[in-house]
Amino acid sequence: MNATERSAGATSPGTGTGTDTGTTMIRLRLPTHLRRLAGVDGELRLDVAGPATLGSVLDAVEERHPVLRGAIRDHTTGRRRPYVRFFACEQDLSHEPPGSVLPPAVVRGDEPLLVVGAMAGG
Amino acid sequence: MTGVRVLVGTRKGAFVLTADGARRDWRVDGPLFPGWEIYHLAGSPADHDRIYASQSGGWFGQQIQRSDDGGLHWEPVGNEFGYASVPGTHQWYDGTPHPWEFARVWHLEPSVTDPDTVLAGVEDAALFRSVDGGRSWSELSGLREHGSGPYWQPGAGGMCLHTILPDATDPERMLVAISAAGVFRTDDGGKTWQPANRGLVSEGIPDPDAEVGHCVHKLASHPSRPETVYMQKHWDVMRSDDGGRQWYDIGGDLPTDFGFVVDVHAHEPETVFLVPITSDAEHFPPEGRLRVYRSRTGGHEWEPLTAGLPQEHCYVDVLRDAMAVDGLDECGVYFGTTGGQVYGSADSGDSWTPIVRDLPAVLSVEVQTLP
Repeated sequence: MNATERSAGATSPGTGTGTDTGTTMIRLRLPTHLRRLAGVDGELRLDVAGPATLGSVLDAVEERHPVLRGAIRDHTTGRRRPYVRFFACEQDLSHEPPGSVLPPAVVRGDEPLLVVGAMAGG
Repeated sequence: MTGVRVLVGTRKGAFVLTADGARRDWRVDGPLFPGWEIYHLAGSPADHDRIYASQSGGWFGQQIQRSDDGGLHWEPVGNEFGYASVPGTHQWYDGTPHPWEFARVWHLEPSVTDPDTVLAGVEDAALFRSVDGGRSWSELSGLREHGSGPYWQPGAGGMCLHTILPDATDPERMLVAISAAGVFRTDDGGKTWQPANRGLVSEGIPDPDAEVGHCVHKLASHPSRPETVYMQKHWDVMRSDDGGRQWYDIGGDLPTDFGFVVDVHAHEPETVFLVPITSDAEHFPPEGRLRVYRSRTGGHEWEPLTAGLPQEHCYVDVLRDAMAVDGLDECGVYFGTTGGQVYGSADSGDSWTPIVRDLPAVLSVEVQTLP
């Protein structure tokens, strides 16, 4: 187990790094469809072990909510689904490799990482 | 008290329509899974409280939902559909080889004896089975690997395995249909398969009577007569009397033999229902008149059923999984349209009533007959 979900508000922003357990608290916002699928409300707060990267955050949320496996990343290839995007700090991180460290403000817990469904069509 | 539960999959969620045996007053519940495409819902014949749903979408992939209380509560179960071996390639639209890729589950076929066993027909075409209530899925790879797979091509809707027709009298026997590959038959529970397309003629392929490559839209049979199978093909309405080994044309006096759905009366194996559609270029009823056609002679002779159906300005389509029959004494027939209407008939098609009019485009209709 490398991730623990906290209830929203359990940890105030700015305490994302340097915990005693060597984990980083990451705020994660999911789109409506995925919140319903996972049965959660609002923003998630995940304790992520090791460097806080796109990949480690997705590993953490899938471990906590297995129903999300295959919904953000393809089961077989592990690739991001084409209409899913990752935004943070007004940057599009969608094309960054999974090992990319998240922006400092996300690592500090000041800003959330956004998983966005690029909704379009009828 | 007997009743029916109609399970409706749409482009934007699922709906459950329930009524008592009179089928006059309907309760409409939904949308379930709002915003998701629900290609199919299917109830277990062995346990009417067990329902499976295929929930998918372009954004977040495939989910399988399961209800154990008749659709009141749902639980996401397994959604990993991994091909059993290196998938290889099939033909792409331009004739070039294209890698086999899972896209979605088109059709779910629960076992008639075990609520935890269910088959799934998927795009890119393959057949999967779960024996643990949908939590895990294994491919019956003998179908994809029997030899003709590299020559299969997608239809306009994708290369989907859309029909699973088990033989009610022999669990080892089954037919499946794939667009646009055709019909395949197994006699050993899915280990080995053979193409079952002899007699089909399709002008849109280079060899009109090829062993595979036919755009079969739907199959139906009566449980008591599994060797008699009816087919709505891209063009042509066909029948086989030997379990798909040989087919012959039964279009007879239909106004057009293009369409998607076909189904069989619950108590009359020679009574068949179709909804003819103008053509492959015009996916709406001829002359803007929505007509179900019924044959009571197993084909050739067809009568239009129009009472209660719009007879002007109607330009909807009825997709391949969007017709079903119930098992009450007076057989009920149901179908849904791309215009969001679900029509029901409580008298074998003689008269029709819209149960609901303004749903999202209907992808599938199934019905459970409740004790």
